[in-house]
Amino acid sequence: MSVKHLKTLGWYLFLTGIGYVFLFPLLFMLVSSLKPEQAIFADLYSIRAILPVGELSLDNYRQVFEKSNVSLYFWNSLFITVGTVIMGLFVNSLLAFTLSRMSWRGQKLVLAVVIALMIIPLEAIVVPLLLLASKLPSIGWEGGMLVLKSSWLNTLHVQMLPFVANSFFIFLFYQFFRDIPKDFDEAAELDGATPFQIYRHIIVPMSGPVFATVAILHFLLMWNQYIWPIMAVQGEDARPLMPGIQIFFGRQSSWGEIMAYASLVTLPVLAVFLMFQKKFVTSLAGAGIKG
Amino acid sequence: MADLKLTQVIKRFGDLETIHGIDLDIKDGEFVVFVGPSGCGKSTLLRMIAGLEEITDGDIHIDNECVTRVPASKRGVAMVFQSYALYPHMTVRENMGFGLKMAKVSKHEITRRVDEAAQILQLGPLLDRKPKALSGGQRQRVAIGRTIVRNPKVFLFDEPLSNLDAELRVKMRVEIAKLHGELRNTMIYVTHDQTEAMTLADKIVVLRSGNVEQVGSPLELYLNPANDFVAGFIGSPQMNFINCEVLAVTADMLRLRFPCGLETDMPAMTANVKAGDNLKLGIRPEHVLEDASGELVICVDVDVVEHLGGSTFVYADYAGDISMTLQVGGLSDINGKDKREISFNRHYCHLFNEAGKSIGLRKDALELKAAEKMLPMAG
Ligand SMILES: Nc1ncnc2c1ncn2[C@@H]1O[C@H](COP(=O)(O)OP(=O)(O)OP(=O)(O)O)[C@@H](O)[C@H]1O
Ligand SMILES: [Mg+2]
Repeated sequence: MSVKHLKTLGWYLFLTGIGYVFLFPLLFMLVSSLKPEQAIFADLYSIRAILPVGELSLDNYRQVFEKSNVSLYFWNSLFITVGTVIMGLFVNSLLAFTLSRMSWRGQKLVLAVVIALMIIPLEAIVVPLLLLASKLPSIGWEGGMLVLKSSWLNTLHVQMLPFVANSFFIFLFYQFFRDIPKDFDEAAELDGATPFQIYRHIIVPMSGPVFATVAILHFLLMWNQYIWPIMAVQGEDARPLMPGIQIFFGRQSSWGEIMAYASLVTLPVLAVFLMFQKKFVTSLAGAGIKG
Repeated sequence: MADLKLTQVIKRFGDLETIHGIDLDIKDGEFVVFVGPSGCGKSTLLRMIAGLEEITDGDIHIDNECVTRVPASKRGVAMVFQSYALYPHMTVRENMGFGLKMAKVSKHEITRRVDEAAQILQLGPLLDRKPKALSGGQRQRVAIGRTIVRNPKVFLFDEPLSNLDAELRVKMRVEIAKLHGELRNTMIYVTHDQTEAMTLADKIVVLRSGNVEQVGSPLELYLNPANDFVAGFIGSPQMNFINCEVLAVTADMLRLRFPCGLETDMPAMTANVKAGDNLKLGIRPEHVLEDASGELVICVDVDVVEHLGGSTFVYADYAGDISMTLQVGGLSDINGKDKREISFNRHYCHLFNEAGKSIGLRKDALELKAAEKMLPMAG
């Protein structure tokens, strides 16, 4: 009995150790965000660096809110992310639906293009995209008036629309849908459902896991957008959190404040992940993708 | 309630033609069974009737109305799938009511009709369950219930029982027969289980590689198969075939020589037969006698004997390499490997020419019965 228990104990210690290795940066960030500047450096070379000990306060957070427009950034980020994810779930799954469950002329070509597009990184197209965005007119509010703007730059939607359709997510949906037996569609077709009703009433409700997976991945992608907003947004109004940290960093902030900012940015992501964790894991297992 | 008419229906998948111009008339209220070996096009034909598969050429009429280009949902047909295709995220009630919901029928009316169908199929207590929580037989009944609710003109079944175990299959078969008795709708049923075909059908359509081989009542196909394929396909165990040589031809008689040398006269339609032709003589296992009491006696090497209690199957070799099966009612006195004489009577024999077409005389159930009585040892 004791041997077995020792073994188990050993395992737990080992796993806890590994857990610490992975958690270290996160803990360090959270803990440091609560400490004054001197304490962070004093604790840096001991275990205290990741323990919430000593003089703790929310001063750093207060400073962040005072020195930076972080709440505006936060709402911008949230709007951009949630808006894009919702549109993306609809658009990407609908294209995957037509690719996997209907037949139309040019279908194979479109599928090939979608798969091919997965290899092209954002960095490769970001300059032409910027050029395009700068030339597109849009309607927006300015000083309480509806005005015609001559470019998409410095708006929220320039940060959303280019990222709604995503070939990787289309492909994830496509793979999942492809494995749903065609009999369901045909039964529904006989029941008088239109293709869109089949999508809405049959396929979507059966595809919870893949929707959860794509929602999380898309959320992370959008929340962590950095290069594009830095290029496309110069003013404060439409700036999201991630470029905000860069600005904040440049403004002579203390490490504690930077850690507080970083914590604020990270927490929503953690929350979302924990919320969907179970579905996320099962669907990754189901999709045969190794996490 | 509906007649169904297929005219020169053709299906091509790309360049591959899988259904080669089928004509078929199905009368209102008939129970029609499509049988045939795997890949012969039964499902394809059924799906064309349903509207799930495009019709390459030809026409389909339901109730004298051409539905060739009418979408599936407007044809007034309902289908039970082999996989049942019950929507897993809906309860039994929602599954059954989905078609009506799509047709914008009022909630009240949906409830009423679902309850009515549930009553017929004794699904009442299951209405609020999800398909996952049902047994195979219950799922099957829900799948049928889903079609009843829509009150279609034509019911289509694609091998609905093949996922059930043997016992349940028999039970559901009886239920489907009862259902047809109650509803009196036109039903088309695909299977490759010929027991299902024989027991359920008013009319059997035998298909082979995209062609109709024969259409007729179960007994008609059993007694008068149009060719050797139908003869071999209908009836279980399979009919025995013996190659015989034609020695002489008269107006209504053929002189045949069996592989073992036995010579005999056989009544037949002799119009296109000439001396020297090779014919196939068919005799069903249940018509072979285990002794020499019949008209034609041959000698076989018994290979295997299967005692089932109620009947006995004997597998034997005749003239070297022709395998013969005997079905003996009750217990048999044949026991294990043996060389012995077996026999059969002329009026049970089927004759097929070189092309496989039947040239035997028409058999009639009553006449056969009478002939049996005259030969007391037959059985
Ligand atoms: N979508 C398709 N594309 C190409 N060929 C097809 C397609 N569907 C069916 N076929 C071919 O058509 C023929 C008939 O198929 P079908 O499914 O109707 O056979 P079946 O009689 O139902 O067989 P089973 O008893 O195995 O169900 C087969 O040779 C099959 O390969
Ligand atoms: Mg089939």
